[in-house]
Amino acid sequence: MVQFQTGIELLALCEEHSIPISEAMILREMHNSELSREDVCAEMRRNLIVMRESVENGLRGKRSISGLSGGDAARLHQYAEASPLLGSSAAHAAAAAMAVVEINAAMGRIVAAPTAGASGILPGVLFSVAQERGFEEHAIEQVLFTAGAVGGIIASNATIAGADGGCQAETGAAASMAAAALVELCGGTPVMALHAAAIALKNVLGLVCDPVAGLVECPCIKRNALGAINALLAADLALAGVCSMIPFDEVIHAMRAVGIAMRPELRETAMGGLAATPTGRAIAQKLRNNK
Amino acid sequence: MQEYSVFDIIGPRMTGPSSSHTAGACKMAYIARHIAGEDIKSADFTLYGSFAQTGAGHGTDKALIAGIMGMHPDDADIVNAYERAKEINLPVTFHMSEEDAPHPNTARIQTTDSNGNVTEVLGASIGGGNIRILEINRLEVEISGDYPTLIIQYRDVPGVVAVVTHVLAQHHINIAFMRVFRHGKGADAYMTIETDQSVNIKIREIIKNLSDEITTVFAV
Repeated sequence: MVQFQTGIELLALCEEHSIPISEAMILREMHNSELSREDVCAEMRRNLIVMRESVENGLRGKRSISGLSGGDAARLHQYAEASPLLGSSAAHAAAAAMAVVEINAAMGRIVAAPTAGASGILPGVLFSVAQERGFEEHAIEQVLFTAGAVGGIIASNATIAGADGGCQAETGAAASMAAAALVELCGGTPVMALHAAAIALKNVLGLVCDPVAGLVECPCIKRNALGAINALLAADLALAGVCSMIPFDEVIHAMRAVGIAMRPELRETAMGGLAATPTGRAIAQKLRNNK
Repeated sequence: MQEYSVFDIIGPRMTGPSSSHTAGACKMAYIARHIAGEDIKSADFTLYGSFAQTGAGHGTDKALIAGIMGMHPDDADIVNAYERAKEINLPVTFHMSEEDAPHPNTARIQTTDSNGNVTEVLGASIGGGNIRILEINRLEVEISGDYPTLIIQYRDVPGVVAVVTHVLAQHHINIAFMRVFRHGKGADAYMTIETDQSVNIKIREIIKNLSDEITTVFAV
């Protein structure tokens, strides 16, 4: 019995077989796809390679197709070398997260995780922490399955689309996934991993999807930076023994309810929030004129 | 409750910026290419809805050109699609329509082959890189591109569907979804057969030769 659709079911499975979340996800995937462990892991490795490339390419600083963005990840990365307020590793994680979304906007290659708009958070934190602490590639590959398990539960019980649930559903889900992955990477238990996932998601309930000019640039790039920091914070809290007062499954339901309560203007229509500001509208108009 | 593969969450690998406006657009055009038998001398695209409005910023045009040239949604060369098209002397034209469309991200793709025949495909990008083919040559169909798909053009007379499915059965090909569509009784019709296993060229040749009523067989 390798199926799980909720956090409770996942934890029960992990407890019963004394396995980490990543292993539960691998077993489920093998069962459902009828692929071997080797094939499943090889496919994840292909994702890891593209994720790594997206961080590296983004940090070189490339302008987006629209011309609106590009170069901020490199700026932060440079600044992070000195003594940033965040501390060097967190600042690097944020810069890496931004890099991916910048390269996305320049029509570079990325891995949606779970979506293109939130694609920076997971690789941003995993690669920078792995580099900092000397984790090997195989370890990162392993916890991508942890992230996938958490993201799948969010997708099944709520949504991972900004159009349905706002940015809390995209970057919130990604931060939740990344937090759980970090906890497992650093030796935390499945229970701790889901506390981290819950905390990360809770922190951004109500976050709206308000892309300026309808593009995946402003505020998406900087929200990925925020998501990286959120994930690190949530993971640290869980590893420190802090628990989420509200269980992960209930946080997901809350996120879903909040998303339903959000007006369409705040759900990826570019008609509300930042997209509707004078500057936001002016940018949209300018891009329309340039066409 | 829908259950997801881990690779629905960590994935797809794609060229940005948007899974619906870029990756989906590329996939749609890629399928249109195959529907046109991979013989494309010129391509004309009409965009509707959100595709028309935010397509430029999302590189939808580049993605469509890339797909019609045979690139996959994760091809790093999508950003250079215009240049690649010029290199192979492929003229491409775009129209933005304000008409209502079945879905916010819809494109009509018209291609002309080396014999001057025109193939027209209407597709929608429904999110997450997923697409639906809605029309082939103005005939309504429903293809997702998630499975190997056979598209068979034939004349609507009794017995054609039966001989085709019999051949598939003989080759142990399992049919996942199947639909038949026709312009009118006894007129032009399409079978779209989504299968668990790929249908190789040998089997497609057998199907093509089954009956004079079968005019084209292509795989997507």
